[in-house]
Amino acid sequence: MPLLSMITYAPLLGLVGILVLRLMGKPEDPATAAGARWIALITTLATLALSVLLVARFNPNDPGFQFVEEVPWFAGLYYRMGVDGISVLFVLLTAFLMPICIAGSWKSIETRVPEYLMAFLLLETLVIGVFCALDLVLFYAFFEFGLVPMFLIIGIWGGQRRVYAAFKFFLYTLLGSVLMLAAILFMIGSTGTSSIPQLMQHHFDPDVQTWLWLAFFASFAVKMPMWPVHTWLPDAHVEAPTAGSVFLAGILLKMGGYGFLRFSLPMFPNASDLFTPLIFVMSAIAVVYTSLVAFRQTDVKKLIAYSSVAHMGLVTMGIFSGNTQGEQGAIYQMLSHGVISGALFLCVGVIYDRMHTREIKFYGGLVTRMPIYAAVFMLFTMGNVGLPGTSGFVGEILTMVGVYQVSTWTAIVATSGVILSAVYMLTLYRAVVFGTISNPKLESITDLNWREVAIFAPLIAATLYMGLQPNSVFDLTAASVDQLVQTYQAAIGGAHP
Amino acid sequence: MTISADLALAWPELILAVGALTLLVIGAFAPKQTALVGSGSVVVLLAAALASATQPFGVAFGGGLISDAAATFAKVAIYLASAVAIPLGQSWFARRGVKAFEFPVLILLASLGMGMMVGSGDLISLYMGVELQSLALYVLAAMHRDNAKASEAGLKYFVLGALSSGLLLYGASLIYGFAGSTLYSEISLSAGAEGNTGLLFGLVFLICGIAFKVSAAPFHMWTPDVYEGAPTPVVAFFAAAPKLAAMVLFARVLGDGFAAAADQWQQILVVIAMASVAVGAFAGLVQSNIKRLWAYSSIANVGYAVLGLSSGTAEGVQAMLMFMVLYMIDVTGFFACLAALSRGGRSMETLDDMAGLIKERPAIALAMTVFALSALGLPPFSGFFGKYYVFKAALDAGLWGPAVFGLLGSVVAAFYYLRLIKAMWFDASPGTTDKPPVEANAIALVAAIFTFPVVIIALRGLDVLAERAAHVFGLV
Repeated sequence: MPLLSMITYAPLLGLVGILVLRLMGKPEDPATAAGARWIALITTLATLALSVLLVARFNPNDPGFQFVEEVPWFAGLYYRMGVDGISVLFVLLTAFLMPICIAGSWKSIETRVPEYLMAFLLLETLVIGVFCALDLVLFYAFFEFGLVPMFLIIGIWGGQRRVYAAFKFFLYTLLGSVLMLAAILFMIGSTGTSSIPQLMQHHFDPDVQTWLWLAFFASFAVKMPMWPVHTWLPDAHVEAPTAGSVFLAGILLKMGGYGFLRFSLPMFPNASDLFTPLIFVMSAIAVVYTSLVAFRQTDVKKLIAYSSVAHMGLVTMGIFSGNTQGEQGAIYQMLSHGVISGALFLCVGVIYDRMHTREIKFYGGLVTRMPIYAAVFMLFTMGNVGLPGTSGFVGEILTMVGVYQVSTWTAIVATSGVILSAVYMLTLYRAVVFGTISNPKLESITDLNWREVAIFAPLIAATLYMGLQPNSVFDLTAASVDQLVQTYQAAIGGAHP
Repeated sequence: MTISADLALAWPELILAVGALTLLVIGAFAPKQTALVGSGSVVVLLAAALASATQPFGVAFGGGLISDAAATFAKVAIYLASAVAIPLGQSWFARRGVKAFEFPVLILLASLGMGMMVGSGDLISLYMGVELQSLALYVLAAMHRDNAKASEAGLKYFVLGALSSGLLLYGASLIYGFAGSTLYSEISLSAGAEGNTGLLFGLVFLICGIAFKVSAAPFHMWTPDVYEGAPTPVVAFFAAAPKLAAMVLFARVLGDGFAAAADQWQQILVVIAMASVAVGAFAGLVQSNIKRLWAYSSIANVGYAVLGLSSGTAEGVQAMLMFMVLYMIDVTGFFACLAALSRGGRSMETLDDMAGLIKERPAIALAMTVFALSALGLPPFSGFFGKYYVFKAALDAGLWGPAVFGLLGSVVAAFYYLRLIKAMWFDASPGTTDKPPVEANAIALVAAIFTFPVVIIALRGLDVLAERAAHVFGLV
């Protein structure tokens, strides 16, 4: 049974269903919209069920690729899919967040609902495809096509400057990607294979590695996004609808980190080693600079967007530390950030849906009217800060430990990022939730309804479970990460794997 | 070789020539039978395509006409693309009150010219093919007689086309003078000799002439004006098949005649390719008329095809063939969409006209989005795979500079494709559109479904055919 293809294309079934519904019904028909919502929710839940099955059947002791599917395509290329310990959890994360995105926009999206849901389902297929693809061209196809639905989501359902943000998002990421395409073509031409597992075994000449690494870096750094090419992210986030932000922060940003883990480290180890100082400097700047920028924001969503950039800085540090703690920490941090930042954007969405503004000044004293909301928001704020007991803590501490072994100074600077994140997150929380209600418009605001509680419940569970039971995740990733670190250290001649 | 053996290799051309003349006579005596002439032309073209596909390989008329895998590949594609243009154009003209039975006949004659171009084995048949095709196209461009812009387009096209034919002919005469033969196979013997500057001189003129026909920079100036002025279905025709014909001709002259001088023409082609990509990408940014915009897009895309050819390898020729065939389907589909759209009887040709089209005409807007993304080169649409071949061939030939330049050019061009998508998806519609005609709708739909997802499967077959075709030229 081709389980991976089933997971990847299951959302497309829902897409076709909605398309049929849309073409049969009248535009902007509420019945069509309701039907489309249910189809999307059921499809994404089915995808989630299949992904859970995938993780359940995944053999954690095998460091290689599992569930491999291989069909010849054209010109020596293959349709090749497979997952290993590094990618399997990203598939689960995507499938986990999708139903939440759909449910989260149940009420807030009123116009062109079927199109909106189709864009999301397409996005899910493409992102899962990115994590499963084991052929360079297939990977690139999934990777690039994802720009289109995201472009439409930002541009159609976004806020005031939506068109500007959509163009910026598309062109920035496309620029990064075409350089990667050049590198991909070169790799296929010089090795004669496009198979990712085979290329991971291939040893490129160190000089060549440098160029290839830079080309891939151009793409992944923009996707990540790393300082100084992060500027598309706040614009895209602020203008995207809530679910778009959840997807962007929760899943799309992880494609950059995944790319580093899948391509840069195993295929170009010498170049990765060579550029590690550059990465550390860029990441350290990202952590401190974007944290300070976040502190000065007046828009809740923008603040969280900048905090995402800072957290991704930690992830890149961890990835390029090249040791087990660093890699595990980076992967953990990505998964945890996917859940927590997604939840934070949903928290913003809750008050935005009620008041239609994201200005921090507008709010204050919400705790008196929305006690449940205040508690939920508190949990995710703490998770973002990295409080022990939440998933954020595990990722951060492991990353720090990993980086500390390689570069003490970078680790010290990165630690300041943790403090700064507490500064801006707690300031935000105090300004929005605590105090007395100074704005009379807030008097009538209502607390979370059952639908919102149901959306937050799995996120809360995931945050706490990952915070308290990190080994359940590490058991799955360990074998693949160990192999990655060992081959990496062997290639660069490191002493201690 | 007996005449009957020669004629056996020229079946498709014979079918076209006889068919065109017969239909012309029918049209002349019964001018109201446009439908009959139209459907007759489609049948003739389909028969010619079938004849090309089943034709034996060989050389006829003393080397003047070649039938081989490349000619077959190109002819089938060209005849099918021409056949599509006929119903598209006839309904378009009918809706505008132009009763022109000449339209399908001219398409037949142009197709005959193109068939000769791709099968030409010497400079004489090359010129005959090019001229027959061009003359038919000049008239087609001015077909909408009452329209000032269309007449202007036809005239402009004719004057500049005549100039380029002059260049072509001058180059051909120089080559003949220095090589002592008009046959490519004999020219190739002299081409490798040291110090044969006159021959190279002739080649440069020849390249200029062909570059004009494919509208590559710096010989592209006519393209935007002609695209804008000519009737939309005519543009759908001459943006597709003639470009493929001229590119195959290009490959044949360079591969069969001048393979030994590959180092020389490679430089020229690289410059032409890079100039086309740059012009197409940057000049397109400021256009508001979609037909002009697509003219610049086609200049950029021809640049990519020339880039594939400039690698000077069989892989490069294969890349060019794949690219052109996929691009042909894309561009035909796009112009079919444009031909289908009108608002209150007026053609919709500007970006503003497209505002909110996704609500008005979801199927056409979706198809146009697919074509735009494909022309941009975004996976998984057909345009990406064409570009994949081209850039891979260029990189394998060591042309990494031009390849990266081309890739960056596609990012610049992305902006104007996105503008079109933005207009269709993000903006509010100014009013209702007319009901689109069935033919245009069907052509657009079929082309869109090919562009994605059929292409994913079709690639395997096309890859094999194009590879076989690419190896007939004198390039390895």
